[in-house]
Amino acid sequence: MDFWPTIYVFVLATFIGLGVIRRVSRLLHTPLMSLTNAISAIAVVGAILVAGGDYPLRIRVLGAIALFASTTNIVSGFLITDRMLRMFKTDKPSGGAA
Amino acid sequence: MMYGVSQFGYLVASALFIFALHWMNAPTTARKGVYAGGWGTAIAILVTWAEPSVIHHLWIILPIVAGFVVGVPLSRVPLTAVPQRTALSHAFGGAAAGLVGTAEYYLRLSEGVEFLTPFRMVALIAEIILGYLTLTGSLMAAGKLQEIKWVPQRPVTYPGQNVINLLLALTAIVLAGAVAMNPAAPWAPAAFAVIIALALLFGVLLIIPIGGADMPTVIAILNSYAGLSAVAMGFVLDNKLLITAGALDGSSGLILAIIMCKAMNRSFTNVLFGAFGQVQQAKAGAEERVYKSETPEGAAQALEQASSVVIIPGYGMAVAQAQHKVRELYDQLKKRGITVKFAIHPVAGRMPGHMNVLLAEADIPYTDLVEMDEINPDMPQVDVALVVGANDVVNPAARTDKSSPIYGMPIIDADKARSVFAIKRSKNPGFAGIDNELYFSDRTWMLFGDAKNVIGELVKQFAGPGMH
Repeated sequence: MDFWPTIYVFVLATFIGLGVIRRVSRLLHTPLMSLTNAISAIAVVGAILVAGGDYPLRIRVLGAIALFASTTNIVSGFLITDRMLRMFKTDKPSGGAA
Repeated sequence: MMYGVSQFGYLVASALFIFALHWMNAPTTARKGVYAGGWGTAIAILVTWAEPSVIHHLWIILPIVAGFVVGVPLSRVPLTAVPQRTALSHAFGGAAAGLVGTAEYYLRLSEGVEFLTPFRMVALIAEIILGYLTLTGSLMAAGKLQEIKWVPQRPVTYPGQNVINLLLALTAIVLAGAVAMNPAAPWAPAAFAVIIALALLFGVLLIIPIGGADMPTVIAILNSYAGLSAVAMGFVLDNKLLITAGALDGSSGLILAIIMCKAMNRSFTNVLFGAFGQVQQAKAGAEERVYKSETPEGAAQALEQASSVVIIPGYGMAVAQAQHKVRELYDQLKKRGITVKFAIHPVAGRMPGHMNVLLAEADIPYTDLVEMDEINPDMPQVDVALVVGANDVVNPAARTDKSSPIYGMPIIDADKARSVFAIKRSKNPGFAGIDNELYFSDRTWMLFGDAKNVIGELVKQFAGPGMH
C-alpha cells in the first residue's frame, strides 16, 4: 500500500490544527477541549465498520463497545460544549444591576 | 460510485471540523462551531453506515442508543465537575481506539493477513498503545479529580519509578517491533495481548506520580493522545477524515499543554516525570510566621471604599461552588460604581479555562474576565485584590525565591495591589504544598473559611442596612 498520501494529510492537518487552535480565545479553552473531544470521537467511523460488518461475533462485540464509547463522547461532547458556550455573555441579563 | 459519495462526505466533514475550531476564536461565533462539528459528525456517520459492508444494523442502532442514554446525562454534570467529565471522555475516546485496533488485528489475522503490512501494523500498535494508555490514564485522572477514595490524591512516588516506567516502555516497544514485523507468527497474538496489558498498566503508572496542580497539563496531554490514537486508526483504515480529525484534536491538546507548561514555567518531561508535590519538604522547618486575620465586616468596609477591585479566583472557588456568591458580590460592588475585574491565571483550577466557564455560568460578563498578562501592569493601581481560593498562582516566591519549586512561574501580581484580602479554607499550604509569601505581607489580610461562606458574609454586609 502507498501510505505517503495519508502521511501528507496528517502533516497538513496538524499544521492547520496548530494555526487554528492558536487563535482560539483563552476564555474558551474548556469548551475547546470538550469540542475537540467530540470531534475526535470520529473514531466512530471505525467502530461502525467493525460492529456492522459480517465478522465473527467476538469482533463485532469489540466494535459495538467502541461504538457505544464514541457515541457517548459525541453526544455528551457536543451538548456540554453548547451548554457552556451559551453561558458566555457580554452583558448581564436584564435587571442584574438595578 | 459509493466510494465517491463516502469520500465526498468525509471531505465535507473534514472541512466542517476545521470551521468548527476556527469559530471557537471568539465567544460570539463559538456556538456556530458546535453545529458545524455536529453536522460533520452526522454526515460521517451516515456515509459510513451506508457502506455496503455494513449489514448488521441492529449492532449499530443499539450501541448508538446506549451512547445517547449515557451521553445526555454526562453533558448535564455541574460545571465544577467538568474536569472529571473531560478526563472521562478522554478515557472513552482511548477505549474506542484501543478496541477498534484490537478487533482489526484479530480479525485480519483470521481472514486476510496480507492486510497487515508493516506500516499498518506500526500504526495499529501505536493506536492500541495510545488508546489503552489514554483509557487507564484518564480514568486515574478522573478518579483523582473526583476524589474517589481508592485513587491516591497526593502524588505517589517510589525509588526507581522512572527506571521502571522506562523499562516497561522499552519492553512494549521491543514487543511492538517484533509483532509489527511478524504479525502472523504463532506467538504474535499473545505478544499483542501483552502489549495491551503493558499499555493499560503504563497509563496508571504515568498518572499516579502527578499532583493536582499539574492536572491541567495532564488533561491536555491525554487529550492529545486521544487525538493521536484516532490518527493512528486513520492510518490503519486508510481513512483521511480520521487522520484530519485526530490531528486537529492532537494539535489542540498539544497547544493547550504547551500553554499550561509555560504558565507554570515547566517542561513536559518535568510535569510527567518530576512528581511536583514531593519538592515541598525543602522549606519545612522555617520559623512560624503569623497571618493577619480580618473579619468580613472589615473586609467589606475596605471593599466599599475601593474604586477598583480585582478578584483572583482559584480552585478553592470551584471546590466551594462559590461562583454564584462571587457574582452577588460583583453586583454589589458594581452597584456602588466600583470597577471590578477578574484576573484569570491560565492554570487556575483543574483544567484549561476552568475559571472562565465557572464565572460565565454565574452570568459574569466575559468582558470582565481578564488574562494574567493583561491585568498585571494595572495591579499597582488596584485598591483591593481579593483572592478567592487561589494560592500558587499569586505566590510572589515565584518571582523572588530561587529555592522555591515554583520559581519562575508567571503569577498574577496580587502583592502589588494596595491591599490584599485572601480567602483560604485552612491554614495549610496549597495543593503544591508550598508556603505563600503573599499571606505574610503587611498589606495582606486573611479571611479564613469556606469561600462560599466568606463571600456570602461579605455580600450580607453590603446588602444589610448598615452600609450605603
